[in-house]
Amino acid sequence: MSASVQSLVSQPYKYGFTTDIEADVIPRGLSEEVVRLISAKKNEPEFMLQFRLKAYRRWLTMAEPVWPNVTYPPIDYQSIIYYSAPKVQPQKLGSLEEVDPTLLETFEKLGIPLTEQKRLANVAVDAIFDSVSIATTYKEKLAESGVIFCPISEAVQEHPELVEKYLGSVVPIGDNYFAALNSAVFSDGSFVYIPKDTQCPMDLSTYFRINNGESGQFERTLIVAESGSSVTYLEGCTAPMYDSNQLHAAVVELVALDHATINYSTVQNWFAGDENGKGGIYNFVTKRGLCAGDHAKISWTQVETGSAITWKYPSCVLVGNHSVGEFYSVALTNNYQQADTGTKMVHVGKHTRSTIISKGISAAHSKNSYRGLVKMGPKAEGARNYSQCDSMLIGDRSSANTFPYIQVQNSTAQVEHEASTSKIGEDQLFYFAQRGISPEDAVSMIISGFCRDVFNKLPMEFAAEADKLLALKLENTVG
Amino acid sequence: MITPNSDLILSVNNLHASVDGVEILKGLNLEVRAGEIHAIMGLNGSGKSTFSKVLAGHPDYQVTDGEVRFKGEDILEMAPHDRATAGIFLAFQYPLEIPGVSNRDFLRVAYNAHRKARSQEELDVFDFDDLVEEKLGVVKMEATFLDRSVNEGFSGGEKKRNEILQMALLEPTLAILDETDSGLDIDALKTVAQGVNQLTGPDNAVILITHYQRLLNYIVPDYVHVMANGQIITTGDQTLAQELEARGYEGLLQQHQLEVTA
Repeated sequence: MSASVQSLVSQPYKYGFTTDIEADVIPRGLSEEVVRLISAKKNEPEFMLQFRLKAYRRWLTMAEPVWPNVTYPPIDYQSIIYYSAPKVQPQKLGSLEEVDPTLLETFEKLGIPLTEQKRLANVAVDAIFDSVSIATTYKEKLAESGVIFCPISEAVQEHPELVEKYLGSVVPIGDNYFAALNSAVFSDGSFVYIPKDTQCPMDLSTYFRINNGESGQFERTLIVAESGSSVTYLEGCTAPMYDSNQLHAAVVELVALDHATINYSTVQNWFAGDENGKGGIYNFVTKRGLCAGDHAKISWTQVETGSAITWKYPSCVLVGNHSVGEFYSVALTNNYQQADTGTKMVHVGKHTRSTIISKGISAAHSKNSYRGLVKMGPKAEGARNYSQCDSMLIGDRSSANTFPYIQVQNSTAQVEHEASTSKIGEDQLFYFAQRGISPEDAVSMIISGFCRDVFNKLPMEFAAEADKLLALKLENTVG
Repeated sequence: MITPNSDLILSVNNLHASVDGVEILKGLNLEVRAGEIHAIMGLNGSGKSTFSKVLAGHPDYQVTDGEVRFKGEDILEMAPHDRATAGIFLAFQYPLEIPGVSNRDFLRVAYNAHRKARSQEELDVFDFDDLVEEKLGVVKMEATFLDRSVNEGFSGGEKKRNEILQMALLEPTLAILDETDSGLDIDALKTVAQGVNQLTGPDNAVILITHYQRLLNYIVPDYVHVMANGQIITTGDQTLAQELEARGYEGLLQQHQLEVTA
């Protein structure tokens, strides 16, 4: 085996470090007081407090979903810390000089430099550390085009009318157990507003970092694209390695009006637990996009490699006539990871179209399920869906499942579904080896080939990153 | 071509190998020198294919005794991909399909793995394309082959030609062709044989594993070995293959068993 391949595949999770920083932490546990405390810490207007309290009361009446194909010990919601923020914070967000250098270093170590000199060209970044946003780059430049890109806590202060109008409009507070919890306690996240007929001049990106071992992360992202506008948004995430499990329950809402386009890409690399299944993030995420206007388009691309448990179904509600929803996904599970992920495409308007391309890869003892719903409403005349769900197994102890649900309520809709399962077997690897190709290189070639349809949809830097990430994640799965 | 005192490429000594605990090779001996073409013939189950896989290092086969030296070096502890880059090439009886990986990428990565092992610089995409397009002529393949996934949807003949293309590119010291003739029509057989003939020279050697004498009309072996029950039971020249074709294996085996028991 060549030295470079060896070093590449034996790299441990390289984002597993912890940042030692003094934090403003509230006592663990959840109650109405805690919800009020979070709201007070953020100095929120009354409508936000009411939103949170309503969600909290709703949450109390709900139960955790039991239908996902994952198993985990019961979560003690009273042992979680719901708010943790670095103590030293810039008073006025946006002035990097005031950000604690330890935090800037942390993000630099993660490959997300934030300082003026080093920041990524052409990508504006909102960096979120535990419960708060640390910095947002290129804010002024974006403002020149009228684009608002800021922490959602800031948007609550500066643009309350937009937040009040759209927050919870796509994912209602009582949508599901985790969405209700998020609505009650979310601490920060990103807010994006693209004005009418504006192409966002650069890609926008949020980078989420969980640092505190006992706090949960509950971020909330809201993206509104006015008619004729477009934006590409990237989301990245990592967490330190802890023996315990951390809860991550996020909500992402997208709203696309007439002829607007939102491309939302995620490379999810939370800590997945060790090779014995100890530790890792419980990732329970609700992501939904609403194509509210005619000819609107929302495209989700996700590469899911981390988390001990993934429960996530980025969906599109296609209300506008001729609107388009897309879902491109690669979900990789290794060791004892469990993923139950997929999408929902709800066709409401006429001639709406959706495409689902899902690639699941399971290695070692992991469990990987695709769960998808395609619903053609009674008024969705001439609507079409194409779904393709491919699974690949590495080794013989992993499992792959596909749960496609299709509901068609009108006779002019067309739904196509294709599925395949393949396996990287010893004979295939031997064929590569006989041509001089090491097992590690063989697996990464097979996997890149398998995932090509999805990687092609990622922004270029992300695609290369995703390719590398998968190779890393598959260390020791062969040979 | 037999040249006295040419280099010993392969030396197999009392080789025993099993799969799932069942012994298949039971004391096989063979020497192959540079410039030579050896044919190994035998019935199904005689151990021919097992021998080729053991040489290439397939993980399903356990060597329980004996020795295999390639260019003087013990290879039994070497990983399969290291044996390949050292110069052992196996043309598969049933080449595998690899969906999603283009033939061109596969060939380039394989070729560069060989160059790397020889401490040569890897070829970039453009230089490699020039090289591979030149090699296509050896097996009369169209360039469009390169952009299809490895062996996916290839006909039997195309798969075999693709194996020979890989051989042409990798220029092995020892090429083992495992039933490359099976399932080929006469035209494809000729193309494959011409390809192999073009690639053999004084510095390399070929082992042809085959059931039938047919291939040997086009690739003339220096030695013909007959395998039975995990051993080479007799060795001759091309006339042995012709004799086999005429009289069948049965007579030979009976004769051999008589000799053994006598």
